[in-house]
Amino acid sequence: MSAAAAMSAAMSDAAALSAGAGQARIVHARIVHARIVHAQSYEDLTGEVEGDTESMEEITHDFSKLSTQLSVSGQSHGDPASPAEDWYRQQKHVFVLSEAGKPVYSRFRSEEALSSTAGVMMALVSFLETEKNALRSIHADGYTAVFVRRSPLVLVSVSHAQQSEQEMAQELLYVYYQVVSLVTGAQLHHLFQQRPSYDLRRLLSGSERITDNLLAAMDTDPSFLLAAVRCLPLPPALRDTATYCLQQAKARSLVFSILMSQQQLLTLVRRKDHYLHPIDIHLLFNLVTSSSSFREGEAWTPVCLPKFNPSGFFHTHISYLSHEPELLLLMVSTDREDFFTASDCKRKIVERLEKRGTWAALTEALTNSPYDAAQVGIPELRHFLYKSKSSGLFTSPAMAAPYNTEGEQKRLVSLYQHLHGRAHCSSRPLTTVYHMGPRESVLAWVTEAFELYVCFSPLGSKSSAVNGVSRLLRWIRKEEEKLFILSSPTY
Amino acid sequence: MALRELKVCLLGDTGVGKSSIVWRFVEDSFDPNINPTIGASFMTKTVQYQTELHKFLIWDTAGQERFRALAPMYYRGSAAAIIVYDITKEETFTTLKNWVKELRQHGPPNIVVAIAGNKCDLNDVREVLEKDAKDYADSINAVFVETSAKNAININELFIEISRRIPSGNASAATVKGFKLRRQTSEADHRCC
Repeated sequence: MSAAAAMSAAMSDAAALSAGAGQARIVHARIVHARIVHAQSYEDLTGEVEGDTESMEEITHDFSKLSTQLSVSGQSHGDPASPAEDWYRQQKHVFVLSEAGKPVYSRFRSEEALSSTAGVMMALVSFLETEKNALRSIHADGYTAVFVRRSPLVLVSVSHAQQSEQEMAQELLYVYYQVVSLVTGAQLHHLFQQRPSYDLRRLLSGSERITDNLLAAMDTDPSFLLAAVRCLPLPPALRDTATYCLQQAKARSLVFSILMSQQQLLTLVRRKDHYLHPIDIHLLFNLVTSSSSFREGEAWTPVCLPKFNPSGFFHTHISYLSHEPELLLLMVSTDREDFFTASDCKRKIVERLEKRGTWAALTEALTNSPYDAAQVGIPELRHFLYKSKSSGLFTSPAMAAPYNTEGEQKRLVSLYQHLHGRAHCSSRPLTTVYHMGPRESVLAWVTEAFELYVCFSPLGSKSSAVNGVSRLLRWIRKEEEKLFILSSPTY
Repeated sequence: MALRELKVCLLGDTGVGKSSIVWRFVEDSFDPNINPTIGASFMTKTVQYQTELHKFLIWDTAGQERFRALAPMYYRGSAAAIIVYDITKEETFTTLKNWVKELRQHGPPNIVVAIAGNKCDLNDVREVLEKDAKDYADSINAVFVETSAKNAININELFIEISRRIPSGNASAATVKGFKLRRQTSEADHRCC
């Protein structure tokens, strides 16, 4: 329905160029190879084009300033101590603005200094919107700036990592959901409806770390890329017992009860007809891992689950059942004053788990998790991600050597991102991708039922990789009951 | 020995050390890098007071703006409120006065108010004079102590003073009818077990 227009603009002195009615107008700036991608609506694009020149000149000037600022980060400078330099050197910036151009969140802070930049970003967005277009991305000087509009917010990601536009936009959506999860969609709309110039930072102050944590996790945790929840492998009988313990501790106000450990799902019990979206689970997991304040006592906190119901808060009872190994219990309730009911359920769950040796078996399973890729018995296999599409769950071994440093983990995840981007490219989706690199070979295979991303040693051949994949699939099938949660239990 | 349950909530600006005070009291530990509380956190501790056992049911609330509207849920059921400010930040003392006003207007009528001027180990960068705070506390008939969760100064004393102030047998007098965020009375507990 809408035509996507991608245009490459060469260097030009012209500040603005108006192409006749019915066509898109693009901003030419003094930027080497700036490319502005935007969707053009099917609506008739007529109207005044003259007279805009002056404001466009201004915008162009500001944009080239922004671009220069950003491109500085690409070069190494003599003064590494300066915080401003550090700021520019970050690989990926994420900004959230209000539609009035007020900064709401900036990944690396200094929102104050950013007010003018935020203004420029908003000007670019609204400039294209006046012509019923939407600004999707700007490509300039090795940088990609992706814009996502989710009224009343505008989200911008500026990166010089090799990441597809589609995935950057997906990450921004997560950031949007994160904001909704903190304040609810209803409140967000209400606040800006009442006062378009509302400063949301006041309400979000102290919560920045939650969004920071989410963005950091997206660099190293493939869960977000796959939009799936990582499942903790457990012997089926043990998982059933744990599930039974949650099922028995039910209450009228409880909607979901969850056991998790290190961002992995052990079991989830839900109220009949209520389903928890993987994005909501990710947001819950992110919340509990972003603060040490949950480590003692029992926490009771409002959480909005944007996929489940963006209009209101649920109240979540959060408690650590064990620190070493980590085991957390989350109970989502509809009644904000029902803490002690949830607390009582927790007590019952702990009592039940401690009976009949379940606790000991669970502790052992948690200590041995995550499993090793070597367990699969394929020599060239280093790592893999397997997502079962029907359940929204995935399984993956530990990132063992050489991927045991944060830098290497990021690199592996960005390889997976690259594969994922290729496989899901909207203009040309691929079902299989094989890439042989100097440090590893990677393979992606996407079918109706599953998505598989595999990392092999660089020494193997393509045929050994194909062979490895079928052996891996056989292994997963054999271990399926242990690796995945096959049922969807209710109270 | 008789067991009394004392419901206490902590209020105050973000970053003044509410959680640190509770951790010091309950666990006798201190973490300088503690993260801000999200929502509210519930902890209990039982201590002996004269011939009684006092079980403190403590609601440690988040000081951030986002959770402001939830505070009544916690103070409504409390027998005592500890309002904390940071002696090195004048504005946290202003926030404290607002909390006192709110409690007077919307809190339970007999709630015991305790004022804790935390971070008293940072005397060098003090912004709120002890005398000013003490005078204010006296004027509203509140308990007053300067505390340091870091150096464990006056933390136990704060809770002992609360024990002393809450009239005997009045532990749940402040409970408002229809309010659910509380433990069932002990008899009810026995019935269902």
